Amino acid sequence: MSFEGVDFYDVDSLLSEEERMVRDTIRQWVEDRVMPIIGEAYIQRRFPKELIPEMGELGMLGANLPEEYGCAELNNVAYGLINQELERGDSGIRSFASVQGSLVMYPIFAFGSEEHRREWLPRLAAGEAVGCFGLTEPDYGSNPAGMITTARKVDGGWVLNGTKMWITNGSMADVAVVWAQTGEQGDAKSIRGFVVPTDTPGFTATDQKGKLSLLASDTSELHMEDVELPDSALMPNTTSGLKHPLLCLTQARYGIAWGAVGSAMACFDEARSYAKERVMFGEPIGAKQIQQVRLANMMTHITQAQLMVLQLGRLKDKGTMTPFQVSMAKRANVSMATDVAREARRLLGGNGILVEYHSMRHMANLESVYTYEGTDDIHALILGQTITGFSAF
Amino acid sequence: MNITVCLKRTPDTETRIQVAGDGVSIDSAGVKKYIVSPYDEMAVEAALRTREALGSGEVTVLSFGDDAVVEQLRAGLAMGADAGILLRGEVTMDGLATAKVLAAELEGRDDALVLLGVKAADDDQQQVGPMVATLLGRPCVTAVSSFQLEGDKAVCLREVEGGMEKVEVPLPAILTITKGTFDPRFASLKGIMAAKRKPLEQKEAQGAESKLTVRGMALPPARPEGRIVGEGADAVPELVRLLREEAKVL
Ligand SMILES: Cc1cc2nc3c(=O)[nH]c(=O)nc-3n(C[C@H](O)[C@H](O)[C@H](O)COP(=O)(O)OP(=O)(O)OC[C@H]3O[C@@H](n4cnc5c(N)ncnc54)[C@H](O)[C@@H]3O)c2cc1C
Repeated sequence: MSFEGVDFYDVDSLLSEEERMVRDTIRQWVEDRVMPIIGEAYIQRRFPKELIPEMGELGMLGANLPEEYGCAELNNVAYGLINQELERGDSGIRSFASVQGSLVMYPIFAFGSEEHRREWLPRLAAGEAVGCFGLTEPDYGSNPAGMITTARKVDGGWVLNGTKMWITNGSMADVAVVWAQTGEQGDAKSIRGFVVPTDTPGFTATDQKGKLSLLASDTSELHMEDVELPDSALMPNTTSGLKHPLLCLTQARYGIAWGAVGSAMACFDEARSYAKERVMFGEPIGAKQIQQVRLANMMTHITQAQLMVLQLGRLKDKGTMTPFQVSMAKRANVSMATDVAREARRLLGGNGILVEYHSMRHMANLESVYTYEGTDDIHALILGQTITGFSAF
Repeated sequence: MNITVCLKRTPDTETRIQVAGDGVSIDSAGVKKYIVSPYDEMAVEAALRTREALGSGEVTVLSFGDDAVVEQLRAGLAMGADAGILLRGEVTMDGLATAKVLAAELEGRDDALVLLGVKAADDDQQQVGPMVATLLGRPCVTAVSSFQLEGDKAVCLREVEGGMEKVEVPLPAILTITKGTFDPRFASLKGIMAAKRKPLEQKEAQGAESKLTVRGMALPPARPEGRIVGEGADAVPELVRLLREEAKVL
């Protein structure tokens, strides 16, 4: 029996026909293309690049951006559903799509020049080029305002120096959206964004070794040593400093809030069928109260999360969504998914630690998702500030 | 050169079918999802590939059924068909009634090819394609796993018991499609968005009167539980005997 998802509250009836078709198409694609290979790719610690062309062909990359640039121009609920289904496969696959769409294509579309858009968006949408987003640095994670990567103005262009860490898609990227300080360190207003072809001399990427999470994903360090760029590399509309990368993060976090629902659904689906089939003490473990409570909790929390992101998506489509609402959903849903994945893994007993099952892979992945794009703590502080007016960072 | 593909809405093939209380129909409450019958989906794929190879012509998807069938027609449009037609009416088990409805519509069209799935995933009757061809007086090739157009002819490969058969028919013709080369594509997300902007005509079906009465429906008996005949090499002779004499698979 293939994956069914969770729909205890008839959420389907709140979706349009196109939204359901988008969801079902990506669900089937994940079933056919991702599920047969993901376990092996995970063990081999490789991102399955072979999926990229078809992801592009079907329109999964930057799917909520305009058709004019080769994108599918879906609404944000459909975009969210794509994230949900991709992450039902693996957080690494969804991370690839999130970075490409929300952290590379979105800033090029929103803050880049028309030349940037024409040059990169169609190729990124088609999966012919891969992008990465460099904000985080070894010493500046949760607090990117302090970044030390610099962009210095020279005659006819810019020179970039610095190191970016934890960069998804970093080693395979053709283009990097890099954020750098153009003034004094700590002057968040002087942070600007640059579109950097990764074959520019002085730009190198190295694979992050030793990961125990998000193994089917390219996570790398970017090194920039006197990277000379023409004036045209500067994204002209990044005039308000740190606000611009944060706007990108809002886009990506929105997708992550949906993605978490997908990974939780995958774990619940696996736990449910395992509970019905695994016989211990003479009957299926699903006939035991403890496992029933487990499953009841999982389904309840998934349903809550599902309703939350759907309303968030409707607000985004109306144009009234706030970044604070996104913080709440990213935090709540990813935290929910980490719990569901762990409980599912436990329900599966010894089998739960094997790669043939999916829950532990999701469980390990979700620790990255919990940390990136604003840690759980940071989103709590964002909400805390919204509630009380006091900054506690 | 235009092609029309007839497609049917059927329960998802993973559905656990339940017989309804009346004993003569499927309980629709137990069907979570409806799909384009898989062989019809292959027929859509075949039509799209033909259009792409020719670089011209239109593909129309045609269906007979209730309003819900719009969903399946849109799925065909999302895959890449150019237009859809819904003939609204009640579908029965009478293949001839369905064939008459479809033929009445196809009569007035200029299709060089009409493609259908070899059979519908739900009733498995394999009637409608050949009956449509008979009603229209056009040649029909059934169970086509691949075909090519050569001028005004279609050269079809058919699967026959233990081998392949190559058949040539003049156009216009009717082909029923089976598994082989026409693995259906995924609808692209752009295709899904474009589908709602494509023409989808709806009209009342003509002459769908059924002469067939379903007298009963039953699920197959539950399969008996598996049996363990023994362990290790000692069990092999008994296993072979049972496979040969009981299961009759050796
Ligand atoms: C797999 C992966 C992929 C990533 N991909 C990208 C990418 O593509 N591009 C990119 O730019 N970045 C990326 N990141 C970086 C990610 O966004 C950072 O790891 C994250 O912002 C946290 O930064 P840090 O690791 O430096 O942790 P720190 O900021 O050092 O945090 C350490 C701990 O302190 C807590 N903490 C921090 N500040 C406070 C505070 N004020 N009060 C209380 N507690 C606090 C945190 O919640 C955390 O628990 C990725 C990270 C991972 C793991």
